[in-house]
Amino acid sequence: MVHIREQAIDQAMDDWASFIAQGAKQDPSTPIALVGLISHGDILAQRLIKRLAEQNCQARYGALDITLYRDDLSMQSIKPALRSTYLPFSTDGMKLILIDDVVYTGRTIRAALNAIFDYGRPAKVELHCLAERQGRELPIQPNFSAFRVTDEGADGVTVQLSEIDEQDSISY
Amino acid sequence: MKPIKDLLTIGALSDADILSILDNAIAMKEIFTKSVKKVPVLKGKSVLTLFYEPSTRTRSSFEVAADRLSADITTFSVSTSSVVKGESVQDTIDTLMSMKMDYIIVRHKNSGIPGIIAKHSKAAVINAGDGSHAHPSQAFLDAFTIREKFGEVAGKRIIIIGDILHSRVARSTSLILKRLGAEVAYMGPGPLVPPTAHTGITRFTNWEQAFAWQPDVLYMLRVQNERMDAPFFPAGDYHKAFGVTTERLERIAGENLVIMHPGPVNRGVELCDEAMDYSNSLINTQVENGIAARMSILYHLSPQTKNHD
Repeated sequence: MVHIREQAIDQAMDDWASFIAQGAKQDPSTPIALVGLISHGDILAQRLIKRLAEQNCQARYGALDITLYRDDLSMQSIKPALRSTYLPFSTDGMKLILIDDVVYTGRTIRAALNAIFDYGRPAKVELHCLAERQGRELPIQPNFSAFRVTDEGADGVTVQLSEIDEQDSISY
Repeated sequence: MKPIKDLLTIGALSDADILSILDNAIAMKEIFTKSVKKVPVLKGKSVLTLFYEPSTRTRSSFEVAADRLSADITTFSVSTSSVVKGESVQDTIDTLMSMKMDYIIVRHKNSGIPGIIAKHSKAAVINAGDGSHAHPSQAFLDAFTIREKFGEVAGKRIIIIGDILHSRVARSTSLILKRLGAEVAYMGPGPLVPPTAHTGITRFTNWEQAFAWQPDVLYMLRVQNERMDAPFFPAGDYHKAFGVTTERLERIAGENLVIMHPGPVNRGVELCDEAMDYSNSLINTQVENGIAARMSILYHLSPQTKNHD
């Protein structure tokens, strides 16, 4: 079992924010929103927005619940609890950066893309994640991933964030 | 929480089911504000509305709910169906099963018919009102509306006013509100508030008693002339005794009480014209919330139709 600890994650978040800020400089006329996928991506998005503000880069915050767009809902007899999507702005013409903790099969991202286009017509959509794992079932690749984890353990990848878990860690 | 196929009565649900349906209705209502007011939850699923009794509101509310979940909707209309030609309920069920429906929404004048259909079909069956027995989706939209208004249902006082005897709304709505910790009272004309029905509920006979109880919500029931063999009272007398008159509305507004009504309203009977525009009336909110609550109900149920045989 490999553990990535708090310090390494903190450093990676700085690099991540710099990557977003650099992209913003290249296209200053397109407003940016960081849309976190509930329930870890939204926390990562909030952290990134704080760091971006320190670099004088403004980004709106959104949170997306993709449950109603999942492709396996009809296979589940107990339906998952729904969470509130938070997008208090028009996404038309914006650059949306979808933020997720782990990108694995790509099915969550497919659901997120379908969900986000029901809110408007963004100019551009990117995908950023904390950890990228092998095993894609769809042709979806992140534009940015802070860590690439090898897929040796049978337990998959677990991300913990101190806001809702005990600590910051990535275990695999 | 165990998966459930049908929604027939409030009594058949666990607390976890009730809370899950109410919680998820919040996210369902948020869909109404999106640019595309639809989600693909029931894509490829068939929903049938089977109404043996006339209904505009409940039926269209269910149809809009199913539509927003991307289901395919079929309307089985009694006046044009074989029912008038004498087809039995069992034969109708067999016909519907051959149509491979996933959800059947039933209204019937006889109590228990939705339960019979549920027993004989793999489709999820929703009782949209059976006689004076139950109307669980109305109960959910009422509880959802009160929860949305006050933050919670527990501890709130709701007085249900009118024809309790013939009302499936009174039965289902008071059941869910009590389950959620509210206090419920009834008021209405003596013969229409039978002492035997609905135990554990305070009964009042006049408005003075009702105001003294300090309710949060006045829930006005519709006078259902179609369910009475002969009118129990003239409409004008009812309005004077139990309706929200212009004078009573002043006091209601002064005490900031909420007015609810399942619709359709008989103007000048349950409510005076001014009450329709009262700022603390939730009647239109109830209609909007009815769609969200019914979406959440459809989402919650699990039809056993994966392999139709």
